[in-house]
Amino acid sequence: MPERSRLLDMHLGAVLAFLYVPIAVLMVLSFNRAGLPTAWTGFSVKWYGALAGNGRILGAAWNTLIVAFFSTAIATVLGTLLALGVEQKKPGAAVEATMFAPMIIPDIVLAIALLSFFTALDFTLGLHSIIVSHAVFNIAFVAAVVRARLRNFDWSLVEVSRDLGAGPVTTFRRITLPLIAPAVVAGALLAFTLSVDEFIIAYFTAGAGPGSTTLPMQIYAMIRFGVTPEINAMATIVMGVSFTLVLVAQRANRRLFDV
Amino acid sequence: MKRLLLFVAGAAIAALTGVAAHADKIVISNWDGYMPADLLENFTKETGIEAELSVHATNEEIMGKLVASGGKGYDVVFVSAPFAEALGKLGLAAALDHSRIPNLANLYPEASRLAHDMGNRISVPYAWGTTGLCYRSDLIAGEPASWMDLLQPADALKGKTTMLATDRWLLGAGFLATGASINETDPGKIEAAKQLLIAAKKTLLAYDDTTFYSKLVSGEALMVQAWDGWCNYGIAENAAIKYVIPKEGSDLWVDTMVVIEGSASKDAAHAFVNYVLNADVGNWVASNILYKVPNKAAMEALDKALIEQYPNLGMSPADLIKFEAMTDVGETQKLYSRTVSEITAAQ
Amino acid sequence: MRVRVRDWLLMGPGLGWLALFMVVPCALVFANAFFERGTYGGIDYNFTLENFTRAAEPVYATIFLGSARIALMATAIALLVGYPAAFAISRQPARRQMALLVLVMLPFWSNYLIRTYAWMVLLNREGLINKALTGIGAIAEPLALLYNEFAVVTGLVYNYLPFVVLAIYSALQRLDPSLTEASRDLGAGAWTTFARITLPLTAPGIAAGAVFVFVLSIGNFITPDLLGGGRMQMIGNLIYDQFLTARDWPFGAALSFILIAIMMALLFGQAVIAGRVHGQREPAHA
Repeated sequence: MPERSRLLDMHLGAVLAFLYVPIAVLMVLSFNRAGLPTAWTGFSVKWYGALAGNGRILGAAWNTLIVAFFSTAIATVLGTLLALGVEQKKPGAAVEATMFAPMIIPDIVLAIALLSFFTALDFTLGLHSIIVSHAVFNIAFVAAVVRARLRNFDWSLVEVSRDLGAGPVTTFRRITLPLIAPAVVAGALLAFTLSVDEFIIAYFTAGAGPGSTTLPMQIYAMIRFGVTPEINAMATIVMGVSFTLVLVAQRANRRLFDV
Repeated sequence: MKRLLLFVAGAAIAALTGVAAHADKIVISNWDGYMPADLLENFTKETGIEAELSVHATNEEIMGKLVASGGKGYDVVFVSAPFAEALGKLGLAAALDHSRIPNLANLYPEASRLAHDMGNRISVPYAWGTTGLCYRSDLIAGEPASWMDLLQPADALKGKTTMLATDRWLLGAGFLATGASINETDPGKIEAAKQLLIAAKKTLLAYDDTTFYSKLVSGEALMVQAWDGWCNYGIAENAAIKYVIPKEGSDLWVDTMVVIEGSASKDAAHAFVNYVLNADVGNWVASNILYKVPNKAAMEALDKALIEQYPNLGMSPADLIKFEAMTDVGETQKLYSRTVSEITAAQ
Repeated sequence: MRVRVRDWLLMGPGLGWLALFMVVPCALVFANAFFERGTYGGIDYNFTLENFTRAAEPVYATIFLGSARIALMATAIALLVGYPAAFAISRQPARRQMALLVLVMLPFWSNYLIRTYAWMVLLNREGLINKALTGIGAIAEPLALLYNEFAVVTGLVYNYLPFVVLAIYSALQRLDPSLTEASRDLGAGAWTTFARITLPLTAPGIAAGAVFVFVLSIGNFITPDLLGGGRMQMIGNLIYDQFLTARDWPFGAALSFILIAIMMALLFGQAVIAGRVHGQREPAHA
């Protein structure tokens, strides 16, 4: 068992502190009585109350979840399959370029390109158009993460399984998938995170109207007054919910985390 | 058989008219917090037309979306004057039917003679104002009198000033300080303004379009370039904040309502524009968002106490039109964009 | 024969999606690079190469190089900070590792803008960090921590660190522990083992993380705008401005074209290097 170094653990602690200091700031500010972050005028939960009544923010948050969930689902499936196909057959430069491109094309270019494309096809806009658009870069990221895992994959296991008579789907289900599962989960996590935070492509490919507004779009528009405690309250709640979900998942499914 | 057909026909007609009765719905795009929160609700109560609000953060964003999509899905958008002009030239703005907007009579005569759209053919002004200096009178000695007080600040102010980040106003400060036009197209004059602005960057804290008034409140900045209505938000937080127009002048900016050419509910869109121009609604808008509205009936009924607290609300149209109105500059827009890139990239 | 069909079946849906919803739309936009901007922002269909010659002007070259420099700094710092962190996680008891990884990614579900504004609250002249430092007497005058390169790089590192940690952790996971054990058994110290066994074998993970950070940093426009106070122009802002502020789609398309070409070249370079390193260290698989 490799030794743990005290120094390394301290570094990890410092990194986690670095990651969470701004989060702590925004959580604290959500309880600030004053509307501006410039001065603390007292503890108050009134912004959480305002949030509960703010249908637009809540609606936008819900839309964000829907978009992230579906675009991640599509991207995880298509991206994993893509990675599998590509790693077994040496891909040409064109395929490689296509898989890299969504990561390096500037967001604004992709946003405008997609909107023009949808308009030319008379494709209606709404949450579904955002999902389709988010899936584009998510596929690339999932494929990249899964490919990295497949680099060292022992394909002979697959061959043995086929030789023993298992069909391709069974082999995938019982050999390949369990072995690449951590990478698939990591890819899905990454895709979800990217989608939840993305607003330029979402803004351009969304339909008009609040029914297709996502939280990043809403927040970006509200930023003209700076970040109000209401917005901080929203972020705090999101963090709180995510944290709780992780805790629950860890307790409930120990096996998943037993590497 | 005949009875069945009649029944189906009757049901179809009922369904269609039912649909038609609920077909009146408009989608509006505006800046967040730039309309009173209950305006749309009141509009629906009064006219029965449903209204949905989309928010955009900047003119540029909504323009990008309209140009790329041909305006699909939107009925009324709020954009600043140069963008309304561009929308008109690009064929995306509908020609307004004045007979359906009787409340146009409430506008000041000056508001129908604006350079970006003479006679309000494709746009109707919603709010207007000036751009000047917003400052902490308790932390600065004396009152700033010139744009140079911002661009070449006194030692006490170095590193404590901000300018607007949007290209037209960033350049505008330079144009006004060098005596050029707000819609300057002469490359030589643009170059002169650019040199001044690059030098000014050294003493500047930041280019900021959104949080400059909170910087004033916290004292991080002592003097900022600001739109007059925004400065009022600062004044609301701290009465020591004051607004002044430098001696070289200001621009006249106008935010307008535009009906989109591709809109499927033009009647309803016109009804909305008409509603906003109503005297009481205009009064409520001005009192709520603390901006001047070009609605004569509304401004004359405005609470005097409000004008005392926010002096720039009391500026008369006669004074306003002394300043040059901002219009689209056509081809020169490319040079403006390049100039701003050079200024922001300068070390 | 059967193998080829199956491979295309696997790649087909993903590639098809990318082809339809990325390649085609972007090709249409890039085609605009060969035309002129209309007077009010539309497109005038007159063929021209002027957009590309404009892109070669010094001011734009400076912006490209400046962005690359900042992105490189962010990448280097993210790697230096992220590698030990990933290493530390991989040494934790197995059950904690996933939880720690998720903990690292959790802040990124709040919102990019909110996090950036939180940094502004921390870094500004009247902000928390300066107040703390002057409070304990460490400094006399507040430090200029905001509206400069320091703030931008900090923001970029902050936002892309999790990707680095994830990528390097992935690579560390696949490392065969018997290799490091053998190295220690043969008498090599911890540092030597790390430098000569672990580090080279995790090179693909480092490369992947580096590419993520670099690519995402160079196209970023919010961080330079907010944390940089608009005082520096990066490629991300420049391209954004062309499409939205200048409404000059042709020039924006030309700039994007050049950016993507350069990035593709870099990525292919990285893939070749990783491929060659990979080929040297691992025995060939069937």
